[in-house]
Formats: sequence, structure tokens, C-alpha cells
Amino acid sequence: MKHEAELSIDFAACDGHGLCAELLPERIGLDEWGYPVLRDAAVPPALTDHARRAVAACPVLALRLTRTARRKARRAAPRR
Amino acid sequence: MNHDTTTAFAAEDLRVPNSARLLHGWFATGRATDLAEHLARYGPAPVGTARSTLADAVERAGLAGRGGGGFPTGRKLRTVAGRRGPAVVIANGMESEPASRKDETLLSLVPHLVLDGAVLAAAAAGANTVHLCVPRTRDEQAQRLALAVDERQHAGIDPVEVRVHMLPHHFVSSEETALVNWLNGGPARPRPTPPRPFEKGVGKRPTFVANVETLAHVALIARYGPDWFREAGSPQTPGTTLVTLSGAIASPGVYEVPMGSPVGQALAAAGGPTRRLSAVLAGGFFGSWLPVPLDPAAPARGAGVLVALPEDACGLAETAAALAYLGSQSARQCGPCRFGVPSVADDFAELAWGQPGPALTERLDRRLGLLPGRGACRHPDGAARLAASALQVFSDDVQRHVRYGPCSHARDPLVLAIPDARPPAEEEWR
Ligand SMILES: Cc1cc2nc3c(=O)[nH]c(=O)nc-3n(C[C@H](O)[C@H](O)[C@H](O)COP(=O)(O)O)c2cc1C
Repeated sequence: MKHEAELSIDFAACDGHGLCAELLPERIGLDEWGYPVLRDAAVPPALTDHARRAVAACPVLALRLTRTARRKARRAAPRR
Repeated sequence: MNHDTTTAFAAEDLRVPNSARLLHGWFATGRATDLAEHLARYGPAPVGTARSTLADAVERAGLAGRGGGGFPTGRKLRTVAGRRGPAVVIANGMESEPASRKDETLLSLVPHLVLDGAVLAAAAAGANTVHLCVPRTRDEQAQRLALAVDERQHAGIDPVEVRVHMLPHHFVSSEETALVNWLNGGPARPRPTPPRPFEKGVGKRPTFVANVETLAHVALIARYGPDWFREAGSPQTPGTTLVTLSGAIASPGVYEVPMGSPVGQALAAAGGPTRRLSAVLAGGFFGSWLPVPLDPAAPARGAGVLVALPEDACGLAETAAALAYLGSQSARQCGPCRFGVPSVADDFAELAWGQPGPALTERLDRRLGLLPGRGACRHPDGAARLAASALQVFSDDVQRHVRYGPCSHARDPLVLAIPDARPPAEEEWR
């Protein structure tokens, strides 16, 4: 496993405050409407502290960081 | 299992096309099938068979969901059955796709096949409730279905409770998490996942959501088995499927064709094109444009919709109008959908009817890249797919519109029937 954590955004909660892009520009940019664009969800160990800070800063708790290291293959989920 | 197929599918009946299974009774009699006739033709649903048997049969049949996603139904059924606690079944009869009439037709002509399938799925999933969801705009149909459910209850053939619900009819209200949210007392708006309904759905219980056509196929597989199901279609895409055909074709309507039929063959089932075509919209507003001449191998996929676009129509205007509708239908929860889909729709309107500058296509390309995967549901993904396929298939028209302005057909009446592009008011989501 190359990375140990993964970022995800709950777009239904996100209000486009933009703090995440300020605190984690290595991974997150903003689109023309001010909503985050996840350039790469994988967070290497060197960036986990920054990522945690960005997660904590989000006023609506829309940014999430989940561990991926020990989980093997992700089970396919029904989705359209 | 393996009931006799001869009573149900009398082969010598010349009125019935070979591929008709779900619609067999309709072709044979020309009317909707009531409970007595349904029981005479198919016998009662084998709800008593072991729980694992049906999921097995559906899995071996290779049935894929007919609601647009194409997910393997057997696997979904097994997943729900394998979770702790009692489950719930939702039959999705919402059919929000504007160019589709297949679910409405199916529920009118063979309601008991759908109800059988839902009740069988409930038995297999360990559920004691089935929620049949239909749009509020089709209230007569909902009343007929409620009567059909009562009749079955009186006959004592359903071991589970079946409830018919009328939901708001917006494009995204038929998405599975929106159905769950509404049944839980909230607005019919999609919710972020996880949890997906199979993990935590109605009343926090594992919930099996399937399209009504999918369930009707389940009812036949339970009776005649997977091998019979696989006699139609191809090994990768077995069975038959309903498709709604419209546009420049001889006899528009709902047809049943072998799954995976080439698009040209499906059009031929409706008498073929009435004019020279430039493209076919496959999968409806959630699908893609296919260029004509058609790739002879291209199968008709998506939500069972084909719209034949004649050469003397403007594909950019059609797409612009469809995108304006999709933009209006955002649940306004997710920024990229709320702002992104209308922006793309505005760009398309400028492309179709305005004086687009050369910068427009660049902006469109960039914006289209910003939609997929950035919403609670896949509404923005679908809009982006439709727009991208239009830019590709109508690329010559794009160049001409950019250079000379709107073509002579841009203001013609549209081939697509587009509902009002009016955003629902807040209270209309409940
Ligand atoms: C925006 C949107 C609209 C949808 N509309 C419908 C619909 O009208 N009918 C339907 O059966 N599935 C619809 N779906 C798919 C459902 O979420 C779900 O996947 C489906 O009902 C599962 O049934 P199936 O496995 O039998 O296809 C929609 C999905 C999205 C993202």
C-alpha cells in the first residue's frame, strides 16, 4: 500500500467555504463556483497532519479522511 | 421451479413476437392481465421455495438491473439477504426519465408480474414489507395498483405487506437514496453515500431497491429458471428488455427486445426510421448520442430508451433543451450540481441559439470535467455524459454554429419531448 489515508467530500453538506483548499493545496483546489476539487484522494504519511487540520477546519464537516492501509480490496457496491 | 412454459408462452400464437415475455399476454389478448388471468397463465408465485434458491436462480440467470445502472440483481439480493435483521424491498416504478414509458406500460399491462417479483424478492431477502413507489403525477395508475394489491391480499397469496406510495415526480426523486429518504419521512432528495440503501435504508434496515421491470423478470425466473431466461439475449447480456422508442420512427411505443440487441435492430422492431437519421439518443436524458450510421455491434443500453433524431433536426438544440431540464432538476444540495449543470446548460444554449465565440467550447470542456463524481448522486455525471456525447457526435454542427451562428433547424420544434424546466419549490420535494 502506497498511501494510508484517503480524502472524500460530502458534496451535499459542503457549502464552498474553501478552507480545505487553503489548508491542503497539495490535494484540493477550487472550481469556479468555489467548491473543492479533489486532485488526488490519496494522502501520503507526509501530508496526514495537514489533511487532519483541513478536516477539522471545515465548518460543516464535509471533508473526511479515512484510513485505507489495512483494508484490502474494496467490495464493489451497487451504484448507478 | 421449472414450471411448464407452454401455457404461459403459447408459441404457435402468430400475433405474439418471438421476443415477448413480459408483454406476451398483451400481444396474445390485447388487454391488461387481471389477477384471475395472471394466475391461470402463470400459477401462483413460488414464494415457498428456500430463501437462497431464488437469489441463486437470479444470479445464474445473469439478470442485470433494468433501472439504468445494470447492476447484477442476484448479487444485490444476496447482499441484502446476508445482512442482519429484517430487510425491506422497494419496487422503483418512478420512471423519471422523460422519454421512457416502459415502467408505466408494464405496471398497466402486467401489474401482477411486478408484484410477484417484489414479493418473491422480499421472501428471498427476508423482508416483510414491500414499498411500491410510483409518481404522484400518475395517480390513476397508483389507484389501480392499490386495488390490485388489495385483491391479492384478499386472495391470501402474498406473505408480506405491500404498500403503494405516490412520490413527487422530479428527475432525481427516483434515485434510490431519494426514495429511501422519502419513505423515512424526509424530502425525496438523494442523500450522500455511504450508507447505501442495502446497508441502511428504510427504517435503518437493509433495503433492496429494484426497478419494476427487473422485478417482473425475477417473477419469470422464479417460475421457469435461469436456463430458460438465458434462451433470449446473449451470454453476456441475457434475457429480454423493454425499450421505449420515439422520434422519427414508424410506430413509436414500448417494445420488448432481446437484451443487447443492436440499436438498428431495436429501431426495426418499431417499423424503422421514417426519415434519414443523424443520430440516436440511447438511454434517454441520462444516456448518450450515437452517430448514424450506427455501429452495427453497438447494443441498446441504458434505461431502455431510444430516440431517433432525423437529419433535419438540430442535435445541439435538442441537447441544450434537455440540459436545461436536467439543470432545473438538481436537488440543489451539491454545489457542483447546483451551479455546474445549469452553467453547462447555459453554455449549450449559447452554442445552439446564440453567438458562441471560440472560447465557448474550451469553457464547456473544462466545465464538463468538473461534474462527474462530485455529487451525492450521479445526476451531474449523467448530464455531463449527455453533453460530452453531443459535442462529439455533432462536432461538425458545433464548428458551424461557432462560425456562422444557429443553423436553420435550431428553432424548429424539438424531437425530444421535454418537460417544463422549472425548478421544484421547496415544499414540492415532500
Ligand atoms: C438521477 C437518477 C435518477 C434515477 N431514476 C430512476 C428511475 O426513474 N427508475 C429506476 O428504476 N431507477 C432510477 N435510478 C436508479 C436507482 O437509483 C436504482 O439504481 C435502481 O432503481 C435500482 O434498480 P435496478 O437494479 O433494478 O436497476 C436513478 C438514478 C439516478 C442517479
